[in-house]
Amino acid sequence: MRKHPIAQMLTIGVVASLIGIAIALNIPWFPKSADTASHKIDTLYDVLLICSVPIFVLVMTVAIYSVVKFRARPGDMSDGAPIHGNTRLEIVWVTIPFLIVTGLAIYGWVVLNNVEAKKPNERMINVVGQQFTWHFQYAKNGATADPGPCGNNGSKAVTTNELVLQKDEPVYFRICSRDVIHSFWVPEFRLKQDAVPGITTHMRLTPNRDGNYTVVCTELCGLGHSTMRSPVHVVNGPQFATWLRQQISSGVAAGGGVGSAGGGGGTPSANTGGGGGNAGGAAGGAIAQGKQLFASNGCGGCHTLSAAGANGTVGPNLNTLATSAAKFAKQLGQSPQQYVFTSIKNPTAFTVPGFPKGVMPSTFGQQLSPQQINALVKYLLSVGKG
Amino acid sequence: MAFAAKLKAPGWYRALLGMIIAFGFGLGLDVGIRALYGWHPLIETDAITTIELIAVPIGFLIGLGAFDYWFRWASGAPTIPEDHSGHGARSWRDYFRVNTDHKVIGLQYICTTFFFFVCGGLMAMLMRAELAAPGLQFVSPNTFNGLFSVHASLMIFLFIIPVFAGIANYVLPLMIGAPDMAFPRLNALSYWMLPIAGIMMLASFFAPGGSFATGWTAYAPLSTDTPLGQTFFSVAIQFAGASSIATALNFLVTIITMRAPGMTFWRMPLLVWANFTTSLLVVIATPFIAGSQFFLILDRALHTNFFDVAKGGDILMYQHVFWFYSHPAVYIMMLPGFGIISEVISTHARKPVFGYRMMAFSLMAIIVLGFTVWAHHMFVSGMFPWLRVPMMITTMLIALPTGIKIFSWLATLWRGVIHLTTPMLFALGFITMFTLGGISGVMLAVIPFDIHVSDTYFVVAHIHYVLFGGSVFTIFAGIYHWFPKMTGRMYDETLGKIHFWLSFIFFNTTFGPMHLVGIDGMPRRVADYAHQYAAWNAFISVSAFIFGMTFFIFVYNIVTSWRHGPVAVANPWRAHTLEWQVSSPPPIFNFDEVPTVVGGPYEYGVPGAVHGVFKERVPVTTAAGGGGAPPPVNTE
Repeated sequence: MRKHPIAQMLTIGVVASLIGIAIALNIPWFPKSADTASHKIDTLYDVLLICSVPIFVLVMTVAIYSVVKFRARPGDMSDGAPIHGNTRLEIVWVTIPFLIVTGLAIYGWVVLNNVEAKKPNERMINVVGQQFTWHFQYAKNGATADPGPCGNNGSKAVTTNELVLQKDEPVYFRICSRDVIHSFWVPEFRLKQDAVPGITTHMRLTPNRDGNYTVVCTELCGLGHSTMRSPVHVVNGPQFATWLRQQISSGVAAGGGVGSAGGGGGTPSANTGGGGGNAGGAAGGAIAQGKQLFASNGCGGCHTLSAAGANGTVGPNLNTLATSAAKFAKQLGQSPQQYVFTSIKNPTAFTVPGFPKGVMPSTFGQQLSPQQINALVKYLLSVGKG
Repeated sequence: MAFAAKLKAPGWYRALLGMIIAFGFGLGLDVGIRALYGWHPLIETDAITTIELIAVPIGFLIGLGAFDYWFRWASGAPTIPEDHSGHGARSWRDYFRVNTDHKVIGLQYICTTFFFFVCGGLMAMLMRAELAAPGLQFVSPNTFNGLFSVHASLMIFLFIIPVFAGIANYVLPLMIGAPDMAFPRLNALSYWMLPIAGIMMLASFFAPGGSFATGWTAYAPLSTDTPLGQTFFSVAIQFAGASSIATALNFLVTIITMRAPGMTFWRMPLLVWANFTTSLLVVIATPFIAGSQFFLILDRALHTNFFDVAKGGDILMYQHVFWFYSHPAVYIMMLPGFGIISEVISTHARKPVFGYRMMAFSLMAIIVLGFTVWAHHMFVSGMFPWLRVPMMITTMLIALPTGIKIFSWLATLWRGVIHLTTPMLFALGFITMFTLGGISGVMLAVIPFDIHVSDTYFVVAHIHYVLFGGSVFTIFAGIYHWFPKMTGRMYDETLGKIHFWLSFIFFNTTFGPMHLVGIDGMPRRVADYAHQYAAWNAFISVSAFIFGMTFFIFVYNIVTSWRHGPVAVANPWRAHTLEWQVSSPPPIFNFDEVPTVVGGPYEYGVPGAVHGVFKERVPVTTAAGGGGAPPPVNTE
């Protein structure tokens, strides 16, 4: 006996939906989860999939079934059934989706409130975005102390280039930007927030899995956008305390200010940024400070410099800076030091042939003191001889 | 003397002269002002370019003759009686001048927009070549950022939006029984502003510092502090936007005032309804993007500091103004496609559109709701947190009218007599792929999930399912459906079907995996990415190359069919709407005799039902099993 076409389609639809849902739920969609928000968002997505698959299957089933069943035979010039509508059916297909989206909206709202809820004893960390790197400001005195306004280099804060978080400790981020819009995202935390010049934005999370992750900038911020990455380490309490203590002491040794920590990628237990203050002579000190500044200002996002492990290709290669600086400085009637100093402070004054004008951020003159730029110049000319 | 006459008559020689004069005027203005202020150097490239980008196109339009009639009229000179010499195409040259025939303008639009579609597509191919492997291989980051910015801008402003205007330009006056659009000269001006915008966007690649490279969104303050190419974008948007607004006004007036006797609103084909609602959207929303780009131009050229925080600027203001247009723009890029699909499905399934009035009401619902959802693009932007939830709810509610349309099309298929022609295949492909894009759209509306996937490849996948699987499939359906009407020739059905199946398959293999890499953590707009995404990206790139090549099947089919295809009868699809009741291609003034509309547009299967009648002829009978209308006598 032939079944009624609707019953036939219903059977096909239910089976296909179940198979579809089984496949959809078994795809490993997300990166691993490393904070308390992750599993809530992953579950939300599973629910979205469970609601979505039957709708897609419904559309596919009706479309394919109609094509197979009602396809014109060759030479068939007849017309279909003159059906103009069916009010009851139209009410059904407005009501059911309405109930589904209402349910999803309420569920989504609940998850949102849950994820963004304030927690007791949050550690406050400032996240500062700039082309093309991230800085993180920790309060020096105590877990729940305020590191001061986001982006200010106040005496209450120590600034680092890697984000180190203590497992199971709730964190409250204040996020800001020094130049253009960036977006702070760690895929393993599932949370994202833009860093917007002029305003301070916020994010809360509680990491719950040890490991090394990456901050990914997701708002187009210029040429180095795809290289704007910073390391994130989630560690246990004692490791965190040691790391923060080292940051604070090396920050004091280096005379405060921006960039007291070393380049990214180091393990949090080893202080890669030390040695700023304990080099021998003044020149050695300046060179070491320059090295730190090179790392902490994200120069490597755009420039290649083997000595700093940087391999950016946006701007000129700095391995041969000494030679090219001598050449261009001669053309401009300057000393090589003057030339490099101006190139950092006011990059539009002269652009190396073959590179686009106006690409290098012109904000370093405000961010760095003349003394810091001089240290950077010394460092670059000393290592750029390759 | 012949040359002097050529320079005086509207046309390309005078256009060239107009451009030269406008250039001189712009240069003089800039240098003069700088001299008055005592600024040095007097010749400053950025300032001159900004002025010339506005001046030279206007010189071109005046020279080409887009304003001649109005200038004459405004100056009080004796008007020349309209001799219709600028109306209709008698040779290919007539397509390259200011022409007031909506059918010529329609083809001008379609051919121009497909040219820019190819340009944008080639940029996509270059991007996929770069993204085939991690690291930088072919292009610099600056070029890459330029490629995706120009790709998106061309596809949105020079392809999808105007190609719908082109199709509707050709078909809509015919469908409502009008001899032309309400304002034929404005229609011509609208068209000629379009290539200006496209060429400006392409020309930005030759600007010092490269093309605009801040995405089609041009978020401030990145866009206020980048090289000169950005100005090309902001000015091009003004021309494309003005073109869009003028065309939309033209459609509105045409639809409201020029319907044939008996063509009530509830007898209009759904394509007309779709363009009516789209035009309302365009007229209301487009000034907002024009405004956002004027803010950028003024910030860049005159230091107005709308977006300079240090001077009291407000960064998020740009995004609110921009998305207040650019979300409705998504519907501007979709509703005309909905109209095409309603025509194609009812005709090729031989059935009345299911729930005709609900289809029209859902279009209205979409445009009203469409204005209330813009901030869902800004869930992570740092705007007021409380604004997110209402925007989530309105965004999800928009799924309801969209759902009505999908389900009604499916119900139209049910118990029809389905002819699987190429337009029908594209319509079916559209329904399924647009459903996927709609589903991922509802997912993106749920704020906590959106926070994770915002600005990732998941969003790239979503918009391509909506705009390619959605809009572009409807464009292909429309082009194949009306190809016989526009050219008087039939396309090759076999090639059309191959084109459909290959694009359908490789569309999915190209954009489907982007959902996966997006959720897994790959951000969009990057030239380089982490190694963990390498395998999928290689797969996507290979798919994209094959997908890109399928387009040549379409081009080959269209070009050869246009030249040598079998001659098309007036009504090859046995459709009821008015455009099929005249010859293919239609007479120069559309209807030798104004039709009278006596019934609905899709009364397939209703015995004796008629949409339009011509007094002199036997009514267009469409009793079940009946053939199409006899082709009317072409008196041309």
